Amino acid sequence: MSRYTSLTEEDLREMLALIGVDSVDDLFAVIPEGVRLRRPLDLPEGMPEQDVYAHLAGLAARNVSAEDEITFLGAGMYDHYVPALIDSIISRSEFLTPYTPYQPEISQGGLQVMFEYQTAISELTGLPVSNASLYDGPSSVGAAAYLAKLANGRRDVVVSRGVHPHSRETLGTLAPGYGQRVVEAPLRDGVTDAAALAGLVGPDTAAVVLQQPNFLGAVEDLEPLVEVATAAGALVVCACDPLPLAILRPPGELGVDVAVGEGQSLGNRLDYGGPSFGFFAATEEHIRRMPGRIAGETRDVDGRRGFVLTLQTREQHIRRERATSNICTAQVLNALAGVIHLSWLGKRGVVELAELMLRRADYARRTLAALPGVRALHEQPVVREFALALEAPVEAVVERCAAEGVNPGLPLGRVMPEHPDGLLVAITEQRSRADIDRLADVLGRAVAAERSGSLAGARA
Amino acid sequence: MSVAVQTPQQREHATTIYERSRPGRRAFTPPALDVPERPLDELLPARLRRAAPPELPEVAEPEIVRHYNGLSKRNFDLDSGFYPLGSCTMKHNPKLHERVAALPGHARLHPLQAPARAQGALELMWNLERALSEIAGLPHVSLQPSAGSHGELAGVLLTRAYHADRGDERTLVLTPDTAHGTNPATVTMAGYEVVKVATAPDGGVDVEDLRRKADGRVACLMLTNPNTLGLFDPNIEEIARIVHDAGATLYYDGANLNAVMGISRPGDMGFDIVHFNLHKSFTQPHGGGGPGAGPIAVSDRIEPYLMRPRVVRREDGDGVRFDLDHEGERSIGRLRGFQGNFGVFVRSYAYIRSLGAAGLREASEIAVLNANYLMALMRRPEIAPHLPAAFGERCMHEFVLSGAPMKRELGIRTTDLAKRLLDFGYHPPTVYFPLLVEEALLVEPTETETRETLEAFADAVAEILREAAEDPEIARNAPYGTPVRRLDEAGAARSPVVRQPPPA
Repeated sequence: MSRYTSLTEEDLREMLALIGVDSVDDLFAVIPEGVRLRRPLDLPEGMPEQDVYAHLAGLAARNVSAEDEITFLGAGMYDHYVPALIDSIISRSEFLTPYTPYQPEISQGGLQVMFEYQTAISELTGLPVSNASLYDGPSSVGAAAYLAKLANGRRDVVVSRGVHPHSRETLGTLAPGYGQRVVEAPLRDGVTDAAALAGLVGPDTAAVVLQQPNFLGAVEDLEPLVEVATAAGALVVCACDPLPLAILRPPGELGVDVAVGEGQSLGNRLDYGGPSFGFFAATEEHIRRMPGRIAGETRDVDGRRGFVLTLQTREQHIRRERATSNICTAQVLNALAGVIHLSWLGKRGVVELAELMLRRADYARRTLAALPGVRALHEQPVVREFALALEAPVEAVVERCAAEGVNPGLPLGRVMPEHPDGLLVAITEQRSRADIDRLADVLGRAVAAERSGSLAGARA
Repeated sequence: MSVAVQTPQQREHATTIYERSRPGRRAFTPPALDVPERPLDELLPARLRRAAPPELPEVAEPEIVRHYNGLSKRNFDLDSGFYPLGSCTMKHNPKLHERVAALPGHARLHPLQAPARAQGALELMWNLERALSEIAGLPHVSLQPSAGSHGELAGVLLTRAYHADRGDERTLVLTPDTAHGTNPATVTMAGYEVVKVATAPDGGVDVEDLRRKADGRVACLMLTNPNTLGLFDPNIEEIARIVHDAGATLYYDGANLNAVMGISRPGDMGFDIVHFNLHKSFTQPHGGGGPGAGPIAVSDRIEPYLMRPRVVRREDGDGVRFDLDHEGERSIGRLRGFQGNFGVFVRSYAYIRSLGAAGLREASEIAVLNANYLMALMRRPEIAPHLPAAFGERCMHEFVLSGAPMKRELGIRTTDLAKRLLDFGYHPPTVYFPLLVEEALLVEPTETETRETLEAFADAVAEILREAAEDPEIARNAPYGTPVRRLDEAGAARSPVVRQPPPA
């Protein structure tokens, strides 16, 4: 008997008899000879549970995780503390193991969670309608551009270079498929250049895509940028980091039409990049163009309050080739973690957390920029993340820091060639002042060592 | 005259977390401020700041736990009972997988950690890619897509890149009329037009119709095999020939792979691109609607266009090293951030290592045996006249029944049968899909169910039909014992309420 099945010899005999065949092989008789696999799969043999555990634990041990070093890596995913109650709730089988709630009478828990989640996203973004989640941040940006195409049918998407490189790449993959061109608007002093944007936006612009805070950690002054886009009749899409939204002006108040973003920092583990969730919120007028699942409130035949998947005529399983997206499986369990996290933080806590990051990021930026050979790449306001410029080879500096158990952040040159000297540093509530001071010590020595090395090399 | 008795859940009025909120309550204790407290205005100009905090709940931990625990009791789930939802492969989710996914080396690994310090994760991804490649019978794999439909989009965009690279302008994609809704939706998102291919009386692709439609305008045929009727297409070799002769690619929707693991490989059938649903055949829990993952496997001619980054394995004097390769001149690029849903990869990899080659094959064999056994049970005289099989006597991993006679003779529809099954403690099968079967019921038991469960389910169906013959109103008004009863879906769509109104 194989793992996770219950078939006995006796079952097999009696089941075959009722079916009316002699063997299991007979059930596969319809498969033509030419397409049958005539050998076992070339895979390792199965193993008992404890051996599988040991094998996987061995692989996990070969990764350096946020458990093993003081990490300042961010760039889209952040090492926040995930409160214990999240694991406890999302590991309940009633949340972990059901399918998409197509039968609402027995899925009220999941549907109400979606409704509560949609409410929280709506509050953070200042936009009235939210879906129940998409795959992640970058794919949500792609979905928003598709919504713009459905809304106004225009050809171009103008995307700020301050938008996460993965989001820009995803747009570049998806947009040509449905006939859109992607044009990049440059940054100036770390933020989107409004004048340059105005020169790129016109009657062919379907959407302008921005990010808040942007990839370099800078808080964008969205108002003039929204104005430029709106004057041309383009939609404004803003990718947002959800925790900073607790203290930043919500996109919905500033005339943004669609707010999307990466939800990982709301109660989700790093998981080497996934699963997390993407959020997607919009103005009322786009509700019937939204991608994905949406839960709505209603009543049952006895007048009890209940929830259903609503506006399903947007969706692939009903509308097929005329659907507003092809999404079927989303990231509902991760969105549940998100809404639990927001409830745990609460109305006050979410602001306190954002303000703590704001203060620590400011302290870290000042402290690090005061080191010899280190300066701030831009002086814009930041909330949780900021960019430095090093007068030393960044990759080598990062290696030196890592060897001392501190991961100083992301060498920007890997994703933005225009900043070969850049280092992107992220702060969360898990990085204390002591951690920041330790980074300053390690980074300062690493930069100094690399500079003296390169000076020695130059003198030689 | 019977007295209606309310269940505890029915007595409970749905209350949201926002309605449990009271000003001043809290769960979160922030870390102490350990840096100088500068005025906020110096850090963030007032015009960039929010005037009022977002209206999130104010609740303490015990209340949060009780709230979500209460909600969980209003959900049916796979660990509680049979879930024969066709096309969804609701097989058991092994508990080991949650444990290995939660290991800090996986769970707290940052996606931008240098590859040299993420060797375990990259090796796991490499091993999973190799295993999926072997199961698909195609040499190259990308794990990046996050769901089946995401894999489909990747596949059709790869098809587009392949044709474009050869200067070949094509505009159409063929899908059978039995296809999952995701197929046509994907085609549109990738900028192609959908053309439907008819289904033959035996439930397979109408080969003559395909021959007529497969011309130089066609970029791709998307197919599920076994298809959504639960039937393996016996003409698959000829179908592949026709498609390839037309210069098009053949795409495999892997939703039904659970029927043929280790028995027949899409690559050997002639498919160029395959997607897997790790949340179906490979046991990732569905999570009430995700997360899943939809890796794809492709042939040599499609490989240059695969998404980046790719996991690569390098061997030299220093041993084996894994890396992420971002280079690829002809790559279509990315479909999402980072490396994909790695936590899902961990679970599916654990599953493949648990079962091994023989175990995967046996899983498929038992899935098909269970489906055929349940199909045979449905031939009982108290069921079959009302709910006959739509196609033949045999199936692969799932089968379709038609409720048309039941509707005509007993006056209850498939949806009524489904709602009444809820009272019997079952999640109903998929209803009204595939579209070409009237009053369709698509049943997929999976390999992890016992024979007794299948028999009890058949008994429940027989009982509901017997009941309906006496009084169709019972099923028409079902369910009765669920937390809520039938809901006003039309009303919900007419004037959508999709969030808790902000406090006055």
